[in-house]
Amino acid sequence: MRTAKLLIASVLAFGLGLGAASAAEAPKPPAQKWAHTGFFGTFDRAELQRGFQVYKEVCAACHAMHQIRYRNLAGIGLSEAEIAAIAKEYEVTDGPNDEGEMFQRPARASDRFKSPFPNQQAARAANGGAYPPDLSLIAKNRVGGENYVYALLTGYKETPPAGVTLMDGMYYNDWFAGHQIGMAPPLSDDRVTYADGTKATLAQQARDVSVFLAWAASPHLEARNSLGVKVMIFLIILAGLLYATKRKVWRDIKH
Amino acid sequence: MAKYDYVPSPFMANSIVKWVDHRLPIFTLIDEQLVKYPAPRNLNYLWNFGSLAGIMLVVMILSGIFLAMNYNPSTAGAFDSVERIMRDVNYGWLIRYIHMNGASMFFIVVYIHILRGLYYGSYKYPREILWWLGIVIFLLMMATAFMGYVLPWGQMSFWGATVITNLFSAFPIVGEHIVLWLWGGFSVDNPTLNRFFALHYLMPFVIAGVVLLHLWALHVHGSNNPLGIDAKGPQDKIPFHPYYTVKDAFGLAVFFIIFAYFVFFSPYTLGHPDNWIEANPLVTPPHIVPEWYFLPFYAVLRAVPDKLGGVLLMFGSIAILFLLPWLDTSRVRSARFRPAYRVFFWLFVICCLALGWAGAMPAEGVPLLVGQVATVWYFLHFLVFLPLLGWFERPLPLPASIAEPVLGGGKAGMVAATKPMEKA
Repeated sequence: MRTAKLLIASVLAFGLGLGAASAAEAPKPPAQKWAHTGFFGTFDRAELQRGFQVYKEVCAACHAMHQIRYRNLAGIGLSEAEIAAIAKEYEVTDGPNDEGEMFQRPARASDRFKSPFPNQQAARAANGGAYPPDLSLIAKNRVGGENYVYALLTGYKETPPAGVTLMDGMYYNDWFAGHQIGMAPPLSDDRVTYADGTKATLAQQARDVSVFLAWAASPHLEARNSLGVKVMIFLIILAGLLYATKRKVWRDIKH
Repeated sequence: MAKYDYVPSPFMANSIVKWVDHRLPIFTLIDEQLVKYPAPRNLNYLWNFGSLAGIMLVVMILSGIFLAMNYNPSTAGAFDSVERIMRDVNYGWLIRYIHMNGASMFFIVVYIHILRGLYYGSYKYPREILWWLGIVIFLLMMATAFMGYVLPWGQMSFWGATVITNLFSAFPIVGEHIVLWLWGGFSVDNPTLNRFFALHYLMPFVIAGVVLLHLWALHVHGSNNPLGIDAKGPQDKIPFHPYYTVKDAFGLAVFFIIFAYFVFFSPYTLGHPDNWIEANPLVTPPHIVPEWYFLPFYAVLRAVPDKLGGVLLMFGSIAILFLLPWLDTSRVRSARFRPAYRVFFWLFVICCLALGWAGAMPAEGVPLLVGQVATVWYFLHFLVFLPLLGWFERPLPLPASIAEPVLGGGKAGMVAATKPMEKA
């Protein structure tokens, strides 16, 4: 039994240790306190809606969210009417119609978020050669996830540390790999005006949009947590019952 | 196959069972090989991992079939179709996370299963072919996992596939042709993705076939056991059901708790963040690493500066396992009675962990050196230490039988011990 435990522990430690080890590419951003982490984590709807506002009014100028559709906004607590109203603000290309022509129409709830640029080349051309990455999965495809997003948005330095010369059109950021980033500091105090009266400090906006992007990357997080807790409770009880059964069945066997 | 004194279970007397069994002896097979099948009485929890591996194969096939129903195997649509599974398919996120994390769980289980075989000498006479079939399953698993990892068409999918398929170009003359043939073109592209999908769907069924052979070979001589000695009589064995069915069921529940933890609460921990970025042939990730379960072999690959040398070493590190039953010259199976081998076994485990660590790091400086030292140790273990240990090691005295250590010797013990076989 001792060997068994050692073996299992070392193999698991091996697997887990490597997960962390593969994160060695950029400085690891500090973990923030979020409402959605942990076994019982849920998103704060008000925070999500403020975060969406930041995305819509600031980030969406350059960053697409290709995987998200307007109807998905029901997940941040918007009503059908609110979603329809938001979608209608955008014109999308549809077609061809019966005459074979492509045409413009207002977006519907079932449409994907309208991308700010028609393609990657256009996005690069408009941004000095740097491609503003799609944000649908940014909270999953960066080491640190939403902690990274928050760290990056609040990690700009007006003057780079001594000895660092910035290339033309670049900004210094503590958390970007290589520290030189093409994106100008996107947020500042009162960049947006929140409808719910929350004071729009830089940190508040960064926090809100980080939560929104965490939701966008894992929209099923709440369902996952709540089902997970039930499955765990079930399995722990089942394991206990099976252990008792095993003990009873094996009672007469010396081994 | 059944060499033991087989007494049919009560259900065999049922008239429908009898009718079917007379025409197709499926119930006899179940009764002989699963219910009454005699297993050593002293198997510890490490013997759970074989059935766990079998169950993981079933979990992977079932979750995989549902994923395939919603997957689009084209470079233009693969990434988006996987995201559609995650976002729009009912419980798609659950199926996907079971499949993704299931691959890691499958490998953890199989690695423990292999290490258990190494520790207790399960590869020795008369189980050499059983051991070979296990290695074949492991190789098929590696190929299946590698091709499966390409399907979501993320950055690591694409670049991992590029690096690994390029390995074959190291072989002189035929190398370049093999690579073109694997790709179905001049780079990893749509034809590559198509064939990888087809093969990824096929391979698990091939694995299932070899698993049947593995079980067949197992049931000829039965399981090895922690003492590594052969069963001397009925007092050494107990029927598989209910003793090991209930023990396996308990182990399965514990294993599922760990599995469920990853699926529900930590589904990205075992993966690489870059694979959530769609594949882009124009942007190479800072450093390309395979999934964690391939890292030790990746370290062996990079241990020598020569490409062909690295490839040969990597394949050699698995090929050498086929020779293990003859490289280990000791007649004693279990490390419990081999004090020197026990030390070398744990050094070997540390060596494999060091290889895994080195494989995750950029191939330079200390990690490269650790990888090289561990690679040398890996081969020394099989080619030098094991053959010599058999000659120089003085094994501890073996017990007379499996039952002796728990029941004591003598006739009284024998009588008491035969009871379980009659029960059930």
